[in-house]
Amino acid sequence: MKLFRILSRNIRDSFKSVFRNFSLSLASISCITITLVVVAIAIALSYNVNGFTRKVEKDVTMVVFLNEDISEERFKEIGDEIRKIDNVGKKESDVVGKTKMQVRDEMMKSSETYASILDKYDTRDTNFLKDTYHIKVEDITKMSKTAKTIKKEIKEVDTVKYGEGMIEKLVTIFDFVRKATYVVVIALILVTAFLISNTIKITIFSRKREIDIMRLVGASNINIKIPFIFEGLFLGIMGSIIPIILATYGYSALYNYFDGELFGNFVTLVKPNPFIFNIAGILLLIGMVVGMFGSWRAVRKHLKI
Amino acid sequence: MELITIKHASKTYKTGVTAIHDLSISFKKGEFVFLIGATGCGKSTLIKMLYREERPTSGQIFIGGIDVAKITNRKVYKIRRKLGVVFQDFKLLPKATVYENVAFALEIFGVPTDEIHNKVIKVLDLVGLKNKAKQYPHQLSGGEQQRVAIARAIVNGPKILICDEPTGNLDEKTSMGIMNVLEAINKLGTTVLVVTHDTEIVNKLKKRVVVLDEGRILKEYAEGEYRHEAI
Repeated sequence: MKLFRILSRNIRDSFKSVFRNFSLSLASISCITITLVVVAIAIALSYNVNGFTRKVEKDVTMVVFLNEDISEERFKEIGDEIRKIDNVGKKESDVVGKTKMQVRDEMMKSSETYASILDKYDTRDTNFLKDTYHIKVEDITKMSKTAKTIKKEIKEVDTVKYGEGMIEKLVTIFDFVRKATYVVVIALILVTAFLISNTIKITIFSRKREIDIMRLVGASNINIKIPFIFEGLFLGIMGSIIPIILATYGYSALYNYFDGELFGNFVTLVKPNPFIFNIAGILLLIGMVVGMFGSWRAVRKHLKI
Repeated sequence: MELITIKHASKTYKTGVTAIHDLSISFKKGEFVFLIGATGCGKSTLIKMLYREERPTSGQIFIGGIDVAKITNRKVYKIRRKLGVVFQDFKLLPKATVYENVAFALEIFGVPTDEIHNKVIKVLDLVGLKNKAKQYPHQLSGGEQQRVAIARAIVNGPKILICDEPTGNLDEKTSMGIMNVLEAINKLGTTVLVVTHDTEIVNKLKKRVVVLDEGRILKEYAEGEYRHEAI
C-alpha cells in the first residue's frame, strides 16, 4: 500500500514537473520528436529496401534443360526427383515442368517468326527444343550448389541455367544494401538515444536544486531517481506521439498515393498493415526507453555527492 | 542525555584549508544552542558535518548513537530523516506551493494523504502560515519563506533542528519572529542548533552559546550567561 502510494505520487509529480518546467520539457519533447521522425523514415526505407530485395530474390528462377531423348513419363519422374533435392522450393509452384511441346506452343504464340519456324516441328520426336523445369530455390546464395547437385544426380539433365555470375553479384549487392540499412537504422537509434539523453540531462541539470532539496529532506537515491525516471518516460511518450502519427498516417497515405507500387510495378511497397503498427510500437519503445535511460543517467550524475 | 557528541573532529578541505581543529563538544536532548563566530570560524563546516554534507577528516560525530562520519553517501538519507535543516537561502521549490513544499518532505516516505494533510496544516499553524498554504514562495516575504523552510524541516518530527544562518537575509524584527518560532519548536522537545553571527538575537534569547574561532571552541556560555560581546 505504501509502495503503491509512493509510486502513484511519483507518477503524479512527474506529470506535474513536465508542465511546471514546460519550456525545457518542450525542448526535450521536440528533440525526441525530430529524431524519432528521422528514425521512422529510416525504418520505413530499410523495411522497403529489404522487402524489395527479398522479392527480387524470390523471383530468381533456375531453368533445367533435359536431354532430347526422354519419354513423357520419365519427364514427370524427373520433376519429383528435383523436388526432393535440398534447397529446391517445396511448393507446387516452385518446380514447374514444361515439355518441349509446351515450350514450342509458348514460343509460337510469342512471335510470328517463331511460329513460322516451329510450325513444322509438330511432334515430340521432331521437336528439337528441350523439356525444361523452372525451379525456385529457398536460399538464393546456395543456387550454384543446387544447380550442380541437380546436374550430378539426374543424368538426363543437359544444362542448368540460372544467370551464373549475375546472381552472385545480385546476392552480394543485396546483402550489402540490407546490412547497410541495418547499420544506418541502428546508428540513428544510437544517435537519437544520445541526443535525447543529453537534452534530458540539460532539463534535469536545471533542477539540481530540486535534487539537493530532496536529499536534504531525507530522500534516498531511489526516492529521487524514480520521479525523474517517470518524467523521462512521459517526455519519451509525448515526444513519440507526432512521429507515430506521421509514421502511421503518413505511410498509409504514401502507400495509397502510389497504389503500393513504385516505378511501374518494379518496387512493391510493404503493406501498411501490420507494418505501421510495428513502426509505431518501435518508436514508442525507443521514446520510452531512451527517455527513462536519459533521465536515469542525468540524475545519477547529481547523486554523486 | 547527550543527543549529539563530537569527539576530536577535524576537517581539512582538499584545498588544504583546515576549518575545524580537534573539536570536541556535546549537545543534550532538548537544548537550544547558538553557534557563533566570525566569518570563516568553521561554524558552517561544523554543522555541515552534522547533517553529513561534509565528512570529518578525523574524529567521530555521534547523533543518537550513530557515527555520522561513517555513513556512506548512499545511506546519508538515514541520518537526514532524523534531522531538520534550515538554510539562509531557504531552499524552497519555487514552482511548488507552500503546502506542497512542506508536504514534499512527507510524500517521499509514503505517508498517507490524510496524515500528510493534518501534519502540514499543524506545522503551518505553528509557524503562522496556515492561511498562505496555497501561495507560491515568490509571493511571500523573506521571513515567511524562512517559516516555510522551518515548517518543512520539522514536519517529520525530527529530534534535531539545525539552522544555518536562518536570519542572515532578514531584518531584525523578522529575525526575532523566526527566533520565536524556533523557541516554540524547542519547547515542544526538539533540540535546536542555530548558527548565526547576529549577536543581538543571541543576546536577547539567553540560550547556551558556543563561540568558535579558527575551527576551535573559543568560549562557551551556559544558558543565561551570555552577555553581548563583539565577535
